[in-house]
Amino acid sequence: MNINRRQALGLAAGAAAIPFIGLGAQPAFAAAAEAEQRIMEFTGGKTPETGKITLTAPEIAENGNTVPVSVSVESAMEGDDLVESVMIVADGNPNPAVATFHFTPMSGEAAATSRMRLAQTQNVIAVARMKDGSVFMDKKLVKVTIGGCGG
Amino acid sequence: MATAKPRVKLPKSASAGEVITIKTLISHTMESGQRKDKDGNVIPRQIINKFTCEFNGQTVFTCDIDPAISANPYFEFTAKVPESGTFKFTWVDDDGSVYTDEQAIEIK
Repeated sequence: MNINRRQALGLAAGAAAIPFIGLGAQPAFAAAAEAEQRIMEFTGGKTPETGKITLTAPEIAENGNTVPVSVSVESAMEGDDLVESVMIVADGNPNPAVATFHFTPMSGEAAATSRMRLAQTQNVIAVARMKDGSVFMDKKLVKVTIGGCGG
Repeated sequence: MATAKPRVKLPKSASAGEVITIKTLISHTMESGQRKDKDGNVIPRQIINKFTCEFNGQTVFTCDIDPAISANPYFEFTAKVPESGTFKFTWVDDDGSVYTDEQAIEIK
């Protein structure tokens, strides 16, 4: 095969550009859009307000394989003042869904803690749906040193 | 996976109506379905996809789990104890197996 200098340069430039388009930008956008869509499904199309819900996650997670995450929602957990569900999504993971907690009056408090995997530095979002239909959210940026997905 | 071993920590007794904290852990690899083996084949997903806690037959807390939950899934949550009884914990695996644990609690 005969490749002159100009063609070789063109190929190199093309090859360099592909990873940025193919691997860099697109999956991140797709995941964020999917996260957004999941939140909309969960809230029934309502835009969540801020407040009431507190999401606790470390600012910097050294190991993306186990990142502690806590949520708590201010609520009496009685009558109509009841938190039905809290959904956690991570908008930079290959699959943004993390977990959905469902509470009942028997829970006493709307609070739960777990550990999650994060593939990269990203936003973690918690959305709470109350019995009266109102929705609240909180968002934290977690910096991940070593990603926790795949290998 | 037959090796999944649930562990639950909660107080042995509580006063009536008290809100207690329950900590649960189950040993499980939580294979995410994202990883590949040495030959580049995707390792199929196998996770625990649902966790529930009941007290005397009443649901206290349930959780739908996605692959982003870490291996050996840990959950900490609260429960109100109106009377003496038994907490029942259930974990459901992707392969259909169900792991359970029970803990009794008494009213002081």
